[in-house]
Amino acid sequence: MHAFTRFSEYILMAWQALVSHKLRSFLTTLGILIGVTTIITIWTTIEGLNQYVFGQLSNIGASTVYVQKYPWVIKGDFWKYRNRKNITYKEYQALVQYCTIADHISPEVFAPKKVSYKDRKFDNIFVIGTNEEYSFTANVAPEIGRFLTELDVRNKRYVCVLGREVTDQLFEKENPLGKRIRIGDKKYTVIGVLEKKGNFFGQSMDNFIVVPFGTFRRVYGGHRGMRVALLTNKPERLEEMKDQIRGILRRVRKISPAEEDDFAINQQDMLTSLYKSLTSTLFAIVFVIGGISLLVGGIGIMNIMLVSVAERTREIGIRKAIGANRKNILSQFLLEAIVISSIGGVIGIVLGYFGGSAILSQMDLTSGVSVTSILIGFGFSTTVGVLAGFYPAYKAAGLSPIESLRYE
Amino acid sequence: MLIRIENLTKIYQLGKVQVRALNSINLTIEKNEYVAIMGPSGSGKSTLMNIIGCLDVPTEGRYILNDRDVSNLTDDELAQIRNKEIGFVFQTFNLLPRANALHNVELPLIYNGTPRAIRRQMALEVLEKVGLAERASHRPSELSGGQRQRVAIARALINNPSLILADEPTGNLDSKTGEEIMQIIRDLNDAGNTIILVTHEEHIAQRCKRIIRLLDGEIIKDELNDI
Repeated sequence: MHAFTRFSEYILMAWQALVSHKLRSFLTTLGILIGVTTIITIWTTIEGLNQYVFGQLSNIGASTVYVQKYPWVIKGDFWKYRNRKNITYKEYQALVQYCTIADHISPEVFAPKKVSYKDRKFDNIFVIGTNEEYSFTANVAPEIGRFLTELDVRNKRYVCVLGREVTDQLFEKENPLGKRIRIGDKKYTVIGVLEKKGNFFGQSMDNFIVVPFGTFRRVYGGHRGMRVALLTNKPERLEEMKDQIRGILRRVRKISPAEEDDFAINQQDMLTSLYKSLTSTLFAIVFVIGGISLLVGGIGIMNIMLVSVAERTREIGIRKAIGANRKNILSQFLLEAIVISSIGGVIGIVLGYFGGSAILSQMDLTSGVSVTSILIGFGFSTTVGVLAGFYPAYKAAGLSPIESLRYE
Repeated sequence: MLIRIENLTKIYQLGKVQVRALNSINLTIEKNEYVAIMGPSGSGKSTLMNIIGCLDVPTEGRYILNDRDVSNLTDDELAQIRNKEIGFVFQTFNLLPRANALHNVELPLIYNGTPRAIRRQMALEVLEKVGLAERASHRPSELSGGQRQRVAIARALINNPSLILADEPTGNLDSKTGEEIMQIIRDLNDAGNTIILVTHEEHIAQRCKRIIRLLDGEIIKDELNDI
């Protein structure tokens, strides 16, 4: 028999059987529909989030590491980290001197400050004291004007580079270059404005000001903790660089071989893996819930298929009498189960997509139709159809034609 | 020779009791015969019909249909033989209620893989033969008893079978309609088809050219009938 003729014939048979019991078919597929909707909703949401989060995390260069007091992801006892010493200027200088693998090293100190220009005042603007290397380690570039230079840093000049949002707030449509703004108690000349970075979970990434490291320390004190960013242009030597940093700091801090590090070397993949572990937990929960729903849906389909086989015993007898073999009957009922299950799956994919989009739009994110989610929805519903439909179809295929024809 | 049955025995196991439904039947039927199998209920005529129709296999003995021994075939092989060699006409018509006349008639062709367009064409032709071409799109529930039986006859004819097996074909019809159906069957025989008709009604049996009488699982009389 021509495979396609046969297949399309079974699909047609299945369709006719299903439309002749519309309500029953719909109720049967409801479990699958709910299961697939749940899974696709979360899938769409997480895919949208992934796109966004990974996009944002890539702003922290993959080849940059941060030497800090605290690790970004704290496991266990927080107090253990609290008692650590701050990273010092001396340690920064040691890294500059001995860390040969790093191509760019920037010291970074932070503080929230009051900022004002003319009558416009803003509290709590994030001010970063760093050097000219920051444009490499933080991957920022000036949109207008220029970034800090070595001379600005060495001479501890009162100059600053603004994030896009700070610029818009302070200057509105005025050209900020060369203007003098007040940060804390001192006046600084604006030498550049950085390119826009966007938002990260509602948090603006453009609401900060960069000033020379020495200027910051002179004005706000040198005692506070700092972090050091190190970037290598050879990503394959990243691990080697981390080992080198560890060696330098342990030597400077005189840590005996038996003791643990009392500093942290942070990098982007720590956040990526934290995010991944959070979302995979969410995924697991949703798959269990969706899976239970699919299981219940599958049981429903099996139940209805058993009823359907019993009801249509005579039909099976007729088909067998005129020449249908076991495989023909099995295929017919199996495809009927698959079709009913897939209909739930398709509706579930559509509803799930809208559900996911609705959740994402709450977070001001957008979503795309993903082939993966369609495959997942279809795969799940078809598999359930096959598993749930097989036994009833097998039972139908094994019926004796004589007894089936006699069935009233 | 179309059918050769040798020492055919069928034993049913009903609980602990063995029922000998057919006992050493010997029978030959030639092409283009028109045979009635007669007998009261319990005589074994249904069992014989099931075996001749390849719906069942004998316990002992041989059944040779069209030079092929079909006594020991598997279910699927029997299904193929039924599809190709045998056209069934049942007392209760046995049409699919949801399918229209055309689809009911083309059903056997689906199971031997005939492409759709050819199926349609062939089904329309046989419906034409039984005078129902204009009812092709009607469902069984929209047809009279006689029309339903004619659809069933068309379905039996579509694969051009070696044998048409009619089980009480007029049992559910009024006498006038029954007469029409008997005429169609007679015409089919005149056109060269082999007919075996199972009945318990004497006047229906008398319309056939040969009458085989069964009682208690044995042939008690096998006579030619002049019509």
